[in-house]
Amino acid sequence: MQFLDFEKPIEELYAQINKLKDMSAKNQQVDVSGSIRELEEAIEKTRTTIYSNLTPWQRVQLSRHPERPYTLYYIEKIFSGFTELYGDRQVKDDKAMVGGMAKLGDMPVMVIGQQKGINTKMRQMRNFGMANPEGYRKALRLMKLAEKFNHPIVTLIDTPGAYPGLEAEERGQGEAIARNLFEMVNLKVPVICIIIGEGASGGALGIGIGDKVVMLENTWYTVISPESCSSILWRSWNYKEQAAEQLKLTSEDMKGFGLVDDVLPEPVGGAHANPEQMAETIKKYLLDTLPVLEKKGAEKRIEERIEKFSGMGFYDEV
Amino acid sequence: MSTWFRRVRKNILTSTQEKKEAPDGIWHKCPECKTTHTKKELEDHFYVCPKCNYHNRINSAEYFDIIFDEGAYEVHFENIVPKDKLGFVDMKPYDKRLVEAQASTGLKDAMTVGVGKVNGQGLVIACMNFNFIGGSMGSVVGEKIARGIDYAIQHKLPFMIISKSGGARMMESAFSLMQMAKTSAKLTQLAKAGLPYISFMTDPTTGGVTASYAMLGDINIAEPKALIGFAGPRVIKETIKKDLPAGFQRSEFLLDHGFLDFIVERQNLKQKLSGVISWFMNNPVQEPVSAAAE
Ligand SMILES: [Zn+2]
Repeated sequence: MQFLDFEKPIEELYAQINKLKDMSAKNQQVDVSGSIRELEEAIEKTRTTIYSNLTPWQRVQLSRHPERPYTLYYIEKIFSGFTELYGDRQVKDDKAMVGGMAKLGDMPVMVIGQQKGINTKMRQMRNFGMANPEGYRKALRLMKLAEKFNHPIVTLIDTPGAYPGLEAEERGQGEAIARNLFEMVNLKVPVICIIIGEGASGGALGIGIGDKVVMLENTWYTVISPESCSSILWRSWNYKEQAAEQLKLTSEDMKGFGLVDDVLPEPVGGAHANPEQMAETIKKYLLDTLPVLEKKGAEKRIEERIEKFSGMGFYDEV
Repeated sequence: MSTWFRRVRKNILTSTQEKKEAPDGIWHKCPECKTTHTKKELEDHFYVCPKCNYHNRINSAEYFDIIFDEGAYEVHFENIVPKDKLGFVDMKPYDKRLVEAQASTGLKDAMTVGVGKVNGQGLVIACMNFNFIGGSMGSVVGEKIARGIDYAIQHKLPFMIISKSGGARMMESAFSLMQMAKTSAKLTQLAKAGLPYISFMTDPTTGGVTASYAMLGDINIAEPKALIGFAGPRVIKETIKKDLPAGFQRSEFLLDHGFLDFIVERQNLKQKLSGVISWFMNNPVQEPVSAAAE
């Protein structure tokens, strides 16, 4: 188990439990079960207290927790018969962006999302979930395929940003993302976008135009990471907590602004504390929501999509 | 030299109070070749260095003067002004930044929409002002593009955006991000109306602007040597830990990689635009009309 800095009190309680267990292993005479039970209750209590008072920065930390489930985990748990489809048909296959055919119950859907690696080697291979233009173009290819056969699209968003590399620029990172925004607006099939971890800027938005845009409770979604925001606006890396506060990047804020449609609650302790439960919550949301979207019809969906995104912004009219 | 282009400052229809972001004083030293020219000389030459062709950064008022017939155009949607809904504070409160930027530029925000004629052909231009908080894209920028597009559709006019921006306005957080979605959504409406969208990129065009409307033109064109990219050169350098090749992310680089239709010097901008509009709209060949109000 890995603990974040603000989970220190929980970590200490676990340490005490382990000590008791060691003790009883050495000396069978001592009954520690009562003490352990008390400690476990204390852990639950402490966890609930900590998790009901998370700061924006702590949520950012949670969204990046190394044990947090990633896209392929959810695909496996939520859908059946996943067939991964590779490549943008132009340059290569981008391992930071995965996608393919799957079924939600009986319903064929196209699932697409950024994928982070689960260990050092995989993290490299997945480029830390930072897609290149090929990734966005692959995503669009799969979306168009889904549209052709009239199947809904689900995107799972989890990225620290689109990759800022030399080849990415040569191959038009900006154009690739822009094209996706433009095309996704008018997709004839229902589109649900779920932020499952980090929702950083254009890299997230590049697969983030949907009839429903949804955030898991402990994710963040905004224009820049708190670290980069700190370095640019405060000219120092030391203001990430303040930047996270100021950016109002939590699911609660985003829902309040009307910039996302729904927030899905996470298990106490975050999605990684109970990944199966998290997957179940997402699955239920999809099963409840997709039929409602289907019923609307393409024309109405597109009209509402344009209306929703066109209405985003704040200004005065004088 | 296109002398017939020579402009006289008499924008008869201009209702704007915009200050010209021309180099200060009488003399101007070229940042590229260090040659000195008078401000007047430079102005008569489209703010392009007569010696080395360096395109000095200019704002909406100058572009409108250069492009629209007889320096005449209407400025629209100036009633849309920014506000600090989030109460964003970094080293300075955002509302204070806004007030300061408005005072120093005479502008309300980083976008100005002008409507006028190019050799007799109507055109709606949404032009970014780099001197307003780095031309950053916030809600006002997005809304003015949206209204500009609505106006173009209503009046069946071609639409052009002149981009000049460091990217999204962080102080508007996710709202600035969503301007990418918003402007792209509005551009699909323009496309459905069968009206052309000309994206003109100038130095610099980066970040969320590049990853949305700047790259979505029916034609994407740029001024020479403009910096155009998604990620900034500094970030890329830090990421790949290598020096960047000469000319990286400049207009010529983008043209070579297939992301621009052509590069146009400011001296030829109006004529080139006129030809393009006439092709899109199937207008008869246009007689050149002076950009100057004689
Ligand atoms: Zn020069």
